[in-house]
Formats: sequence, C-alpha cells, structure tokens
Amino acid sequence: MKVALFIPCFVDQFYPHVGMSIVGVLERLGHTVDYPEAQTCCGQPAFNSGFWDEARSVAERQMRVFRDSEMVVIASGSCGAMVKVFYPELFRGHPQEVEAKALATKTFEFSDFLVNRLGVLDVGARFPGRATFHDGCHALRELGLKKEPRQLLRHVQGLELVEMKEAETCCGFGGTFAVKFPMISTAMGEVKCASIADTGADYVISNDCSCLMQIRGVLDRQGKSVKTLHLAEVLAQT
Amino acid sequence: MNAQAHEFKASVRRYTADLGHRDWIQKALAGYYVKRDEFKNRFQSWPSARNAAAEIKWEAINHLDRYLDEFVSKLEARGTKVFWAPDAQAARDYIVGVARAHKVRSIIKSKSMTGEEVHLADALEQSGFEVVESDLGEYIVRLRREPPYHIVFPAMHLTRKQISDLFHSRLGSEPTNNPEDLTMFARRVMRRKYCEADMGISGANFAIAETGMISITENEGNARLTTSLPKIHVAIVGIEKVLPKLSDLALFLPMLATAGAGQPITGYNTLYGGPRQSGEPDGPEEFHVVLLDNRRTALLADAEQRDALHCIRCGACLNVCPIFKNVGGHSYGTTYQGPIGSVITPHLRGLQDWKHLSQASSLCGACTETCPVKINLHHHLLHNRRNAVRARPPRSEKMIQAGFVFMMRHLAIYRLAARIGRTAQPLQPVLRATIFDPVRAWTKTRSFPRLAKKSFRELWRERKTS
Repeated sequence: MKVALFIPCFVDQFYPHVGMSIVGVLERLGHTVDYPEAQTCCGQPAFNSGFWDEARSVAERQMRVFRDSEMVVIASGSCGAMVKVFYPELFRGHPQEVEAKALATKTFEFSDFLVNRLGVLDVGARFPGRATFHDGCHALRELGLKKEPRQLLRHVQGLELVEMKEAETCCGFGGTFAVKFPMISTAMGEVKCASIADTGADYVISNDCSCLMQIRGVLDRQGKSVKTLHLAEVLAQT
Repeated sequence: MNAQAHEFKASVRRYTADLGHRDWIQKALAGYYVKRDEFKNRFQSWPSARNAAAEIKWEAINHLDRYLDEFVSKLEARGTKVFWAPDAQAARDYIVGVARAHKVRSIIKSKSMTGEEVHLADALEQSGFEVVESDLGEYIVRLRREPPYHIVFPAMHLTRKQISDLFHSRLGSEPTNNPEDLTMFARRVMRRKYCEADMGISGANFAIAETGMISITENEGNARLTTSLPKIHVAIVGIEKVLPKLSDLALFLPMLATAGAGQPITGYNTLYGGPRQSGEPDGPEEFHVVLLDNRRTALLADAEQRDALHCIRCGACLNVCPIFKNVGGHSYGTTYQGPIGSVITPHLRGLQDWKHLSQASSLCGACTETCPVKINLHHHLLHNRRNAVRARPPRSEKMIQAGFVFMMRHLAIYRLAARIGRTAQPLQPVLRATIFDPVRAWTKTRSFPRLAKKSFRELWRERKTS
C-alpha cells in the first residue's frame, strides 16, 4: 500500500526519530511510504485558541498537500483528531467541506492504521523492559483508540505492559492551555507522573508526542528516570 | 484580563499549590468512582440508557414551549401559583413578596442550585427573614459563609475535623470525629427550625409536564420536611428541568443517583403536585412554583450548544474533571462549577467575563464521556472560545496567530524559524524561566525539549539520497 506520512510540525522539529520509526515499521511491513515535503501544521493551535479563520487558512493549505494521497498516516493522536474530527466541523458550510471530509476519511492515526486498516497486531518488534501506556485524550476519546496501541504492545517480544491507575486521565498538556494555565497543567502532569511512578515501569509509552513532552517535562524536574517513548519507537525495535 | 479571570488565576495558583487539598479531593472521590461503576453495571446497558436519556431531554428541550405550558396548566389546575421569572431579580422579588405578604418569620430551605444561582438565601436574609439550610452540606457551607464547593457535594472540601471545629466554635457542640455525632447535632438544631418555619423553599430535580409535578431527589429526608411542614412551599425551578412523561423518571431517577452519587437510587424521591387538596390531611396550604429563565432561553436559541440545557445537575462531569480536581470548586467563582459551569456560565452571565473558564481546559473530554445525558461539553468549550474571539478578538493573541498562520503557510518561513530556533537554543538554559525566556510559562515548572539537530524533513531527504 502507498502511504503518505503526515508529520506534525512539532514532531518534525523536536521528535523526528518518531517519524523515522513510523517509516521503518511501515516499510518493514512492505508498504511504500511517501512524505509530501510541502506540509507544515494541521492548524490545531489556532483552532483550539478560538481562531477558526486562521485555523482554516492553515488547514486548507495542508489539505491541498494531501489532496492526491491515497492514504494518510499521521504521527499523533491529537493532530489526527484535528484532521479526522475537527476539519469537517471547521469547514462545515465552507466550499472545502467535501475535501475536509475526504481527508478525514483517508487519514489514520498510526496505531489505528496498523490494527484497523492493515489488521496487523504483531509487527515483529522486540523490546525488553517494563512499560506502561498513557492514553492521549484525543486518540482515546476523539478517535476511540484504546485497545489498538495495547494490542500492538502486547505483541512486542520481551515487553511487559503494566496498566497505571489513571491511564485515561489527562496529562495536562492541552496545547496552548499548557502555557496559558501553566499551574493547572503542571498539577495535572504531577498527578499523571505519580500514577506512572506507582507502576514501577521503566518506560512510559504513548501515541502522542505532545503528551510525552509534558510528561518528560515534569519527570525531569522531579528527577525521575522513567523513559518516555512513542509507540512507533518501540515498534521499530527488532 | 478582566476581574473574574484575574480572580480565577489567583485562586488557581493558591489551590494547585495546596497539595493537601488536591490529595483530599482525590481521596474524597475515590469511593465514588467504584460505586458509580458498580451501579452503572446494574443497568442492562449504560450506553443505551445514556442514549435514551439524551433523546428524552432533546425532545423536552426542543419543545420546551409546549411542555412548559402543559406543566404549568396541570399545576395551576390543582391550585398551585406559578410565577414566570425572566431573571434572578424577578425570582427574588417574587419570593420575598410572598414571604412579606404572609408575614413569614422563619424560612427553612432545602438544597437548590437554582436558588444559589439567584442568591435567594442572601436576598431573603437582607429582607429581614431568617433562612436555615436543611441540607447538611449546605448548612455547613452557609455557616462558613462560603458558596457550595460542588453542585452535589457542597462541603466535600471539608474534613470531619474542620466540620467539628466549625460546629464547636459556632454552635457550641462537643468536638468529635464521629460523623454520626456531627449529623445528629445538626439534626437537633434543624428539627426545631422545621417546626418554627412558616415557609419552606426547595428546588426541583425534574418537572414532569404530563402530570404537572415536580420531583425532588435527596438523601437526608430534609426536603420532605422542608416542603411539607411549613404552611407555604415555594419551589424554584429552572425551565430546563422539564421531562415530558412521568415514566421518564424510571430512567432518570436511577441515572441521576448513579452518575451523581454512585448510588443505585437516591434515598428519597418525592413528587409534588400542588398544595393540600380538600380532604387531604397534610401538605402546605400554598404551593408556589417559580419558573426561572435567567438567560436559559438565550442558550436555547443557540442551536449548537442547546444540548447544555439537557443537564440534570448530577455533577458527574465535575467528579471526573482533572481541572476541577486540581483547582477546586471555589476557584470557578460560579454557581455551577466544573465543565458544565465552564460551558453555561458564559451564556448565563456574559461570554467576555467568563470565557477564561472555557480556556482553562485541556479539552480532554472526560466530561463528555461521562455525561449521562450526553452533552458535548468539551466541544462546547471550543465553541465558547471561538465565539469569544469572533465577538472581540484579543489584539495581542490575534497578532501571534497571524504570525503562526504566516509561518505555517510559507514553507521557507517555517524552515527559517526552525533554523533560528536551533541557533538560539544554546541560550535557553541561560535564560531559563527569566523574562527573556520565550517559553518561560513552560520552563518554570517543566523541562523543555531540545529542537532536534535535523528535522524529519532533513532526515527524510538524507535517507532518500543515500
């Protein structure tokens, strides 16, 4: 299958190896990966701040970039939710409504694509260690992905998956919320990190780099050594 | 920043720094989660129950005119006096008027968030009437002269010791750590008040159009005494409380109990259809129902967010909200706290004054997921943000967003910005958390990731050419 990669702007700049891991996994499974180089951002920062005209202007450009792609895999549950759930709402009643819906339909978050589109649970990965999975809220509640990342992780050789008490509780990132209300965001991060620490896991894995950025940020200040990894980084290990 | 937002931020700073308080709220809700899930499982299908409830409320709210008419005409047929209050002032004036006309001396009141919304107890006290709250939680927070902390658990923020100290200092009770003793003490005070009171004020959980009755749900039996002992009963009811049929209660009563308190059914559920009828041995001589609009019709006119009127005030969204649990109920500064409060307060009290509550959310959606009547809560927070920007775009943020759009629409600028970021990055540890740090709101409490040496695009290109 020919797959176009949607690498969100902050993954492009801060976590490029996550994107490369996705490329690795998809190619290992025999798919052709393409990266439309004109892409930038899904527009979520403007959308979430209430600036919907601005968000449309960014989203419209991004939609053009992926117009000819057959299938789009996106490296973030949050940006995935933006495209799949919020693009159709953002463009409701606008000339690009049909195009927004078309992109929403052909876009898949990484774990969703593997499990539900390809029907793959075992990607042949090997990763020794004890890990806990953090559900990014957008992947979990907007896209309904709960079992998919866990199914993939359970098939990773050597990996012991332990559930934390508050796996579904928000880490407190929330985009611009994290800097508009840093004290609330940090408090939420602390609750999350306490829950992670309770599991005694060596790794916390998520399908959203933005959550991991928040969790890493809090863990570092707490002097905790738990490592943060994106799902793709684990699945890429053989 | 307006005064409300300023106060909110100040309070949030205080509460998030209070680890003891955060811990207490977490602990206070731990038992609720277990019980809520246990009783959700007693439903044949909780998801189907939610769908059914959402459909019933949709029908009621979208035909509110018809159902309210039916409700009122049935009530009036049995001698109830109904007053349509367009706003809080009208509701207060009417109730104070009834109290004055009957030369009332003492008033007993059961729990009513609608009463809180119009500041009814304060208005009555200022008019010279003694008002006693008969709900234990409300009684406690009223003694402390503070608003309810939570729409269902008004005193959840207080420990037994704090309550014991309060009773000791204000009422002269013996200090105790035993909840039964504390309850018994309050009960002794209240029982006397029930007998003295010549007016009882209640809220209503549901208004049944088909039969013209209000339904009150409670655990302490205080509402029954409040509404039946005094010779006048006044119920203050938001117009959105309507349910079309009596049989709808078969779904809504257990649902409210489960979602609201983790109970299979609440201790007392009572229907009230009018004053004492001829031949009846008890009940109030007069029954007044005050139907409150107070900008609910403005929300009704907003097709996008109309479902917020489905709310049955169960408080489930507060209980799962990570914001609520970390900032506490008093930080909101509103009658209705938590996600539902953040959604409806801008409609009830002004968007520009209360938009900060819609911004103070990570949009995690736990509220929407738990809401028994399926209000699209967290998406409405997004709608409020959009509406606020549309009505009055904040100048500085507008400029930032314009810059963001320009960068994201021009690949060369996007790449240039990344290059500048990478070049300037070594300065970051030096400037960290100072006013020169562009991400200090982040770095004050969290480490900030480093920009990668090579972007994904660069890695991709290298890989392609190699």
